[in-house]
Amino acid sequence: MPFITGTKTKPDYDVVVVGSGAAGGQTAYVLAAAGVRVLMLEAGRRYDPVIETPMFNTNHHAPLRGVATPDKPFGFFDATVGGGWRVPGEPYLVKRGGAAEWVEAQDTGIPTQQNFLWWRSRMLGGRTNHWGRFSFRMGEYDFKPRRRDGLGIDWPLDYQDLAPYYDKVERLIGVFGSNEGMENTPNSSPGVLLPPPKPRAYELLAKKACAKLGVPVIPSHVAILSQQQDFQNIPQMLHPDSPAMQKALAENMKTRLACMWATACGRGCSIKANYQSPTVHLPPALATGNLDIITNAMAREVSVDDAGRATGVFYVDKESRQDRHVKARVVVLAASGCESARILLNSKSTQFSNGLANSSGKVGRYLMDTVGSGLGGQIPVLENAPPYNEDGAMTMHMYMPWWKYQEQLAGKMDFPRGYHIEFGGGRVMPEAATFFGLEGFTGGSYGKKFKEDLRRYYGTFVYFAGRGEMIPNEDCYCEIDSDRKDTWGIPVLRFHWKWSEHEERQAAHMQKTIAEIIEAMGGRATSPPELDGRKAIYPGGSIIHEVGTTCMGKDPKHSVLNQFCQAWEVKNLFVMDGGPFVSNADKNPTLTIMANAWRATDYLLEELRKGNI
Amino acid sequence: MNSNQTHRLSRREAIQWALAASAAFALLDWRAFGAGAVPAKGYGLDPDLMESYNPGDLWPLTLTEAQRRTATALCDVIIPADGKSPAASELHVVDFIDEWISAPYGAQQQQRETVVNGLIWLESESHRRFQKSFDQLSEAEQHAICDDICFAPKAAPELKTAATFFSVFRDLTTGGFYTTPAGWRDIGYVGNVALAHFDGPPPEVLKYVGLM
Repeated sequence: MPFITGTKTKPDYDVVVVGSGAAGGQTAYVLAAAGVRVLMLEAGRRYDPVIETPMFNTNHHAPLRGVATPDKPFGFFDATVGGGWRVPGEPYLVKRGGAAEWVEAQDTGIPTQQNFLWWRSRMLGGRTNHWGRFSFRMGEYDFKPRRRDGLGIDWPLDYQDLAPYYDKVERLIGVFGSNEGMENTPNSSPGVLLPPPKPRAYELLAKKACAKLGVPVIPSHVAILSQQQDFQNIPQMLHPDSPAMQKALAENMKTRLACMWATACGRGCSIKANYQSPTVHLPPALATGNLDIITNAMAREVSVDDAGRATGVFYVDKESRQDRHVKARVVVLAASGCESARILLNSKSTQFSNGLANSSGKVGRYLMDTVGSGLGGQIPVLENAPPYNEDGAMTMHMYMPWWKYQEQLAGKMDFPRGYHIEFGGGRVMPEAATFFGLEGFTGGSYGKKFKEDLRRYYGTFVYFAGRGEMIPNEDCYCEIDSDRKDTWGIPVLRFHWKWSEHEERQAAHMQKTIAEIIEAMGGRATSPPELDGRKAIYPGGSIIHEVGTTCMGKDPKHSVLNQFCQAWEVKNLFVMDGGPFVSNADKNPTLTIMANAWRATDYLLEELRKGNI
Repeated sequence: MNSNQTHRLSRREAIQWALAASAAFALLDWRAFGAGAVPAKGYGLDPDLMESYNPGDLWPLTLTEAQRRTATALCDVIIPADGKSPAASELHVVDFIDEWISAPYGAQQQQRETVVNGLIWLESESHRRFQKSFDQLSEAEQHAICDDICFAPKAAPELKTAATFFSVFRDLTTGGFYTTPAGWRDIGYVGNVALAHFDGPPPEVLKYVGLM
């Protein structure tokens, strides 16, 4: 039985994987395909999108018409279980409003007085159930940022090292998009991407307007099946040496249907047309018989022997509140950057008094998020346009990749790194707040005139969101607060955060650019652009691109892991999630987390075969 | 009768409110009226997403029968029937508004007193001007009141609070109306249906927006 309880574990797992999201799912998948016996620990409950997704359910059958609440910050139908900006019983500490003392985080969204916001979920598949599924490859510049502009940290690997794994991941999970051959915006290998959906009217208008400004607008890359995957050929391509995995993957791919161009991915997908770890990574891994999963298992510490080797993981069985231990030859942490750092820092012993794998002192350091800032506009040319179904993939079909690499290289910009622009709007399903606060447009109308006004303005609003690179700095990190424990008795994290001028200036530039795009579309911004970067930038953590904290590098003095996510100090310990990142390009990190985890897991398997770990 | 009578204003409070409204409105402390926090809990971090919910299922409602009558009439002044869609009352928008102001979440609780006190003010204003309940007024009489409070920037100083109420109430009326299938049809939302392929905008749309 693949889903087991803590009393049913086998005595001899090869690998224990902590976490079931993008990193844990990818790692367990590759290990199971290779015939390695894996135990996965997930802190949340079992979750099955096939039976739990509210497909087509409408807001008028939801509490408060589905509006976002502190319990469900992304709306009632968002798939997130047991989490959000807070997890009951599992606090984290922040500073509020510049005050010196540490307090438990309490805010449930923006605006916030907190210096950091931390989004978690407690469910099988973790945050892969919630994410936007934008799947952009990092480019050559993004792995060697310091070589390019002297700032930040270079990765101990190149784009070429990861390129084959990007191809594999995109083939496995299914990503639509196109190859445009643009600078630092890599093409996929021929035949890897699924065809992108056609642009909507407002996306075409934005493209036309951006052409005047020199801003490119190209098909986005999203982990959604625009057509069914080639289940006859992809399994053999991905697993030439494993007929069992070919069969398991083909069977699962056959059950994944093409998108039906309706109902938001953030609810989950019962036809498995989008990527979620519980519908894509875990079923074939389970089908091999090599993967056991324990849910409601909160990992707290990696155990080590006298020789300093990892021996397994201590965890709390949340149902019985009992402390348990599982043994394995290798330990892989994939619990999210900060959770994995927390486990390492809480794994103290006489040999590792500073926390496990932390003699460099870098565990928890170089925490990064993505720079976010946005602005909406109203576009008159769309007023009273003929109705048509604009749902599409329920996410953006087009986006603006960064376009000023050469200007930055030439020193013509006042900030060093790039951003892309995501945008959405148009004729989306009305929500409770869709028509809130329109007096500025309607002049306070009511009655029949008001109804006419809303027909006129519906579908004419477009929102643009800049998403930019943050450079790691010494002021952004998490550490253990040894005085406070969560409900499971595990010491909690506290967060230090400070944006640098690089990010703040970038955020101001986003505002300026977006205002220009809106103007070029003949529209008007719904609020004035905020040209003070300190005010324009969203708070740290709010974009939920949590990376850094267990940095990889070329030497043990300055990094926690080597280029294969292996701890320098503990050869049979790996961290496979966003923690190893040493830069956070504007490309949303999940695709890179998966590609990097696949590459590192190949190395792990080779080391196992050689008997090195 | 529902059980949460404690949230309703007493008659004495309502009269005080009306007196204040017609006198030193700006000095009025709204916190002096109404109740404090709603005692109910929210739906938590793992609600059943497949369930169909109705107002009152998750937390008790607030409005009295009299307030519901006033609110229903005001909903219909804001969204009356026309050739394209029904009036707000036909879609039971008032139930949504009652659910909203009764919810145990901060954003909704902030609007709770605005709405309850505003309905009481509207009723007293109706009696003051026309000696009738708001729901008994002619359309012209209803409009005579609403014209004075429908746009905060142009409202008289003593009517600013009433204008704030009207703005919140109009927002909520749209929230209750346009989230329904009838509301979708009205504004031309034609999605949430399974499609074999996504074709993008049809030629008439491209022509309309000048892309063809």
